[in-house]
Amino acid sequence: MNSPDLNKQIPNVVVWLLLLAMPYWLPAVGGYPELGTRVVILGLAAMSLNFLLGYTGVLSFGHAAYFGLGAYGAAMTIRYLVPSTGIGILVGILIGTIAAAIIGPLIIRLRGVYFAMVTIAFGQVFFFIAIRWNSVTGGDDGLTGWTRVPLHFGFTTIDIQNNPLAFYYLVLVLFAVAAGIMAWMLRSPFGRTLIAIRENERRARFLGIPVDQHIWMSWVISCCFVSLAGALYALLNNFVDPRALYWTQSGDFVIMAVLGGMRSFWGPLIGAAIYVVLQDYLSSQTENWQSFIGLFFVLVVLFFPRGVLGMIRRKVMS
Amino acid sequence: MSLLRVDNVFKHFGSLIAVSDVSMTVEPGELRAVIGPNGAGKTTFFNTISGFMVPTSGRIIFDGEDITTVLPARRVWRGIARTFQITEVFPELSVRENLRIAVEVAAGYRMSPWLSQEADGEIRARVTELMDTSGLADKADRLVGELAHGDQRATEIMMALALKPRLLLLDEPTAGMGDQETYDITQLIRKLHREQKLTIVLIEHDMRVVFHLADRIMVLAEGKMLAEGTPKDIAANEAVQAAYLGKTAA
Repeated sequence: MNSPDLNKQIPNVVVWLLLLAMPYWLPAVGGYPELGTRVVILGLAAMSLNFLLGYTGVLSFGHAAYFGLGAYGAAMTIRYLVPSTGIGILVGILIGTIAAAIIGPLIIRLRGVYFAMVTIAFGQVFFFIAIRWNSVTGGDDGLTGWTRVPLHFGFTTIDIQNNPLAFYYLVLVLFAVAAGIMAWMLRSPFGRTLIAIRENERRARFLGIPVDQHIWMSWVISCCFVSLAGALYALLNNFVDPRALYWTQSGDFVIMAVLGGMRSFWGPLIGAAIYVVLQDYLSSQTENWQSFIGLFFVLVVLFFPRGVLGMIRRKVMS
Repeated sequence: MSLLRVDNVFKHFGSLIAVSDVSMTVEPGELRAVIGPNGAGKTTFFNTISGFMVPTSGRIIFDGEDITTVLPARRVWRGIARTFQITEVFPELSVRENLRIAVEVAAGYRMSPWLSQEADGEIRARVTELMDTSGLADKADRLVGELAHGDQRATEIMMALALKPRLLLLDEPTAGMGDQETYDITQLIRKLHREQKLTIVLIEHDMRVVFHLADRIMVLAEGKMLAEGTPKDIAANEAVQAAYLGKTAA
């Protein structure tokens, strides 16, 4: 009984060790600190999407809306209200989550491609608001003229503004909290009702699970964590522009989740890492970097439908 | 008082009248079979009871309360559980996990982010009990999708039973099964009916099963009720023989 349980912990230990030590091994393989931070932030976004996609079986093509709301929420708070990174993050999460909670009841009765289409439509609404509302959002040029602010605690100050390493670890701590909460939920009775809905919605309904209500909860949880990722993304760049809200950004999250493996908890993080590193490398070589990522994606979907992690897992099993 | 009363139910699909003026009363502890030729409206009639469909007109009374338009999940909370003609389970989960989800939901933990050790122990015990009743214990950790048809059906019935229903609806429980599997499922249903005094309404094609199990039988043909009575009455009923039994015998 003990050894299989321990074996299950091995991937977790490996992932956490790699993440904790990333600033130290990344330069050795040609990376730089911001690249690692990007991987963790986009990985969090893809994992949040996967809470809904992989574990509830509902495909959202509009998660960029809540990612972008988190980003704008944080940026505008720091730019206009209070120069505080912590409050910026909180406001970002709140705005994204509240928007998702309100939009949720309008869309949760839809399934499959209809759900995906309507999530895109709602996402585009926020995109156009960000573009048109020039005076507040900075329009197409994005919102500039602000930076993340050092964290002030009573006894000490952490300079996340000028020290990329400190910012990386702030992001990692928040990532750990979010990933921990999601993992814990998925192992709870509530999490099992989501898996039940993914596996067979009709059976779930006739077990007495109010399916729409549970999908709404899964949607709100997923959007809450994706807006945290969005807030961190704005802080990383000290900048936010409407592309963070655009539907292609939603598509990127889906690609990351599928690339890494949407039936596994860490899959989307792996997918995000592959995506970010490929993008970083290819975009310095060619303007057509997206076609190469597209080609890679097609190959993975064709030959490893369970994603990169699914493939590795099968190798280990056999 | 009767547990289930169906009053003059109609169900139309456009111009097609699938169920026409059907009424039924089921007493607590009764095992009722609904039979009839293909296209007689049996499954549609069943769907109006389980909440899968709302009847065009008529009323469904369960335990004295009108549930005609109550949503399926809420009917489950009131004590109505069902299985489907095409087995509905969670194929990529194990037998144990399938039953565990059903037991947790039935125990009111569907929204719980955690379980106390005590609650967890009770749930495990109940899952084990259900697996023992159905003879699924040796397949506990197999994926349900990989099991034989009969075992999948047994899992589905046990999931319905995990909900501690007061009324169990079985839509063709032996459909597509071989002789041995049919026998096993029949024995399981008989055991649930006899030992747990469960009220059961089932649709069935296999006449041996029906006459072996049922206390009373209702016959549907072309959406209408043709006859109702004990197995003996039904076997002797000429209209039924003409419409249904006669055809199978010929």
